Amino acid sequence: MLDDFFTRALIAGIGIALAAGPLGCFVVWRRMAYFGDTMAHSALLGVALALLIDAAPALGVFAVAAAIAVALSALQRIGLLAADALLGVLAHAALGLALVMVALMSWLRIDVSAYLFGDILTVGRLDLLLVYLGGAAALAGLLKIWRRLLADTVDPDLLRAEGVRPEPTRLAFALLLAAVIAVSLKIVGALLVTALLIIPAATVRSFARGPVHMAVMAAGLGVVLVVVGLFGSLHLDTPSGPTIVVAAFIAFLLATAWSVWARRRDRNDRVRGGRHA
Amino acid sequence: MHDPASHSHAPIAPVLAGQPVLARLEGVGIRRAGRWLIRDIDLVIQRGEIVSVIGPNGAGKTTTARALLGIEAPTQGTVHRAPGLTTGYVPQLLSVDRTLPLRVRHLMELTARFAAREVEEALGLLGVAHCADSQVHTLSGGELRRVMMARALLRRPDLLVLDEPTQGLDVSGEVDLYELIRTMRDRLDCGVLLISHDLHMVMAQTDQVVCVNATGHLCCSGPPRMVADHQGFLNLFGRRTADALAFYRHQHDPVRDPAGAAAHGPAAAGQAGEVREHGRAG
Repeated sequence: MLDDFFTRALIAGIGIALAAGPLGCFVVWRRMAYFGDTMAHSALLGVALALLIDAAPALGVFAVAAAIAVALSALQRIGLLAADALLGVLAHAALGLALVMVALMSWLRIDVSAYLFGDILTVGRLDLLLVYLGGAAALAGLLKIWRRLLADTVDPDLLRAEGVRPEPTRLAFALLLAAVIAVSLKIVGALLVTALLIIPAATVRSFARGPVHMAVMAAGLGVVLVVVGLFGSLHLDTPSGPTIVVAAFIAFLLATAWSVWARRRDRNDRVRGGRHA
Repeated sequence: MHDPASHSHAPIAPVLAGQPVLARLEGVGIRRAGRWLIRDIDLVIQRGEIVSVIGPNGAGKTTTARALLGIEAPTQGTVHRAPGLTTGYVPQLLSVDRTLPLRVRHLMELTARFAAREVEEALGLLGVAHCADSQVHTLSGGELRRVMMARALLRRPDLLVLDEPTQGLDVSGEVDLYELIRTMRDRLDCGVLLISHDLHMVMAQTDQVVCVNATGHLCCSGPPRMVADHQGFLNLFGRRTADALAFYRHQHDPVRDPAGAAAHGPAAAGQAGEVREHGRAG
């Protein structure tokens, strides 16, 4: 069964969605969309560096994304620029550097677009192992820091007042994100990883009653979207990453339309109820 | 004007005999972005005592509380907290992002797990049991503050720190809240640090008052009636306020002549014996 490239892509995609959903919820709650984007943009630099020293691309991606996270927190401590400006600098510096490096490494023929947008044809058995090991590690890590990360998201002072420094938890979260980005590269691509983190979480928001509920729903929806997107990609002969993102966007639009309609219906009910009373 | 080099700290002695000191600030100053938020702050809080911090807006009342809790590291001076001290903190504001679906129940268990029964009991004590399953971002300001107080109480703190807990409450709500704070103090046998604008309540309901002026310096501290007589306090809040507070002084100390309050300088305060003098004379 694993001999079929499409089956491998499906299994890998499901694994990625399961890890990306819950982590993506925190990205949304903590308003870190641009942070995730920056890490993802730096992924290509990781690939280029890994190829340069003949290491596994996923390892390079993880290392560079982690380095970006550390660099950001150091730059933030210096405090000369706001976080979004710093992220803008880092994101595009990393992407520019990567493209220049790839151009200079003329002895290697790298299909840049495969890394930027994902290519299901390239998913091997080793990648499957990587996705499930990396994804399971990311989820286990998230479970471990869940309470503190949630408290830090609500108000870091509540933690500090109890003698807990939030910084290690934040760093751990950044590393978990780096891991998910590293293992999703082949399926969704560097430019679109953030979409898989954010869109499922954003789509289920209005149906969620609690943080855990939202995380589970985001993971579940992510799985559905990856499967639909991959089948779409197969039939339309389109790149896998963008097709998954289009499927996710359609789901997001439907969910938004539903919540707008539901809100209007509630309001009308209230008005009518008021008249009767 | 103030000269920090010449400032010598008056020895700060605990005033409640036999009660352990929970936390203590000694000459604490916090400097952020080139500006002193607070400076030379001395403060002692003992078990069973309600200490309030008063002062104008921007005087660094919240910063003082944050220093005591260890949220802000002091630039100068020292912060002592009793080993193993459990603190409960109710910040002035808590804004939960709308994208985060969070019920009151979840908020109560944000930093530690509690039995559902305990959570409901704490919410009930604050009169917000009906909110247990509400989404946090739908609560009113007053409800949220009560929920946060319930959360702090769940931890059975040795030291309860409340930042402007009466904000947005009407007068009867304030009276109830102060009564509740006293009840909690008695029940948990904890110390309470209270930040407040409300001079009347502070004077009537607390054991010690720490008065901070607009530059973040300690102006005076001591029992309410002593502080109310202090020249620094009069300068800070004006005669009119001080006269209005005469009522409380009468209650506590019928011998004193309120009309003479303006004449009480630092010397008079020294006479009183209990009020602690801080900052420069003038």
